[in-house]
Amino acid sequence: MNRLSAPTSISVNILDRPIGGRGSRSTSEQTVSLSMFSYLYSEIVQYHQNRVDSISELERKLEATGYGVGLRVLELLTFRTKDYTRETSLMNMLQFVSTTAWKSLFGKAADSLERSIDHADEYMIVDYAPITSTFVSVPADFGGLSVDAYISGMIGGMLDGAGFPARVTAHSVALEDVVLPPRKEKAVFLVKFAASVLERDAHLS
Amino acid sequence: MSQAQSALLLVIVGRNEPLYEANLLASANNPTAAQLQQSETMTRQNYFVTHSALDLVEKAAFTTHSMYLRVVDKVNQQQVSAFLTAGHTKFMLLHGGHRHRHNEDTIRGFFQDLYELYVKVPLNPLRPYDSPIRSDNFNRRVRALANRYFA
Repeated sequence: MNRLSAPTSISVNILDRPIGGRGSRSTSEQTVSLSMFSYLYSEIVQYHQNRVDSISELERKLEATGYGVGLRVLELLTFRTKDYTRETSLMNMLQFVSTTAWKSLFGKAADSLERSIDHADEYMIVDYAPITSTFVSVPADFGGLSVDAYISGMIGGMLDGAGFPARVTAHSVALEDVVLPPRKEKAVFLVKFAASVLERDAHLS
Repeated sequence: MSQAQSALLLVIVGRNEPLYEANLLASANNPTAAQLQQSETMTRQNYFVTHSALDLVEKAAFTTHSMYLRVVDKVNQQQVSAFLTAGHTKFMLLHGGHRHRHNEDTIRGFFQDLYELYVKVPLNPLRPYDSPIRSDNFNRRVRALANRYFA
């Protein structure tokens, strides 16, 4: 990262690098610049945009990009706790995603985690200011494109990796009474679990 | 096989395929002829035993929070210990036989250190997730780790 000089006699391998964890590195080393991320992300969106035929295909592409990140983040964050445990219950896993993972990725917990009233297999993670869409304005003719699909892909990757396969979609929902947050929309990540997951969870608890 | 022989076989299994395999009794750089011959005769049965324990790991996956699943299967005098990571990658270690009896804490320690090595590998963004690990460096380190714990 901040190593500019060439490594001396021994070549530096990823296996030599410390993996981080509680208090082992300063915050400045663990965080990346927001403007850099936004710039890079905008390039990712544009790259995919030129290679798809429809808006939903663009969202799938962004999801696929995030999916691999989710898988890696799951393993890394779990390792960093150093307690060598896995999440086995559905609620704990959702908590892990919406608080632990969210804090590590975005510096704050998700604004809320809700269970759908109509469908028992659906949960919603709500964030008022997701970094992937904060600096993006979607043109009106883009049919409700949600550029937060990248984050929904990450959620999907984390859940899938941990053995909770789910279909995760990102939606931008207009806020009716705009008070403090300057944004007119919030991002809702709709998590729909596979039937087998709910069955297993009911069986376990 | 008339009697169980010593074995120390590590297999890391991803979601679809084995990612890494190592016979930890053979030394990394220059296995002796005897070791080679021994490993050849044992290999088939050992692999069979290790892979047949995979189903038991799947079954145990949601019964405990702990990644370390202890001994999941016993065949003759050989035992299979397993460690299941957060991303459901399985570390399987076949051990037992005459010379190699290891207690649970040794194996737990080995798995936990192996986990640190394993976590770093997929962090390389250019490497497809869940693909076989062919890194020499990784191989060397795993063997060094095994030496530290089991020698």
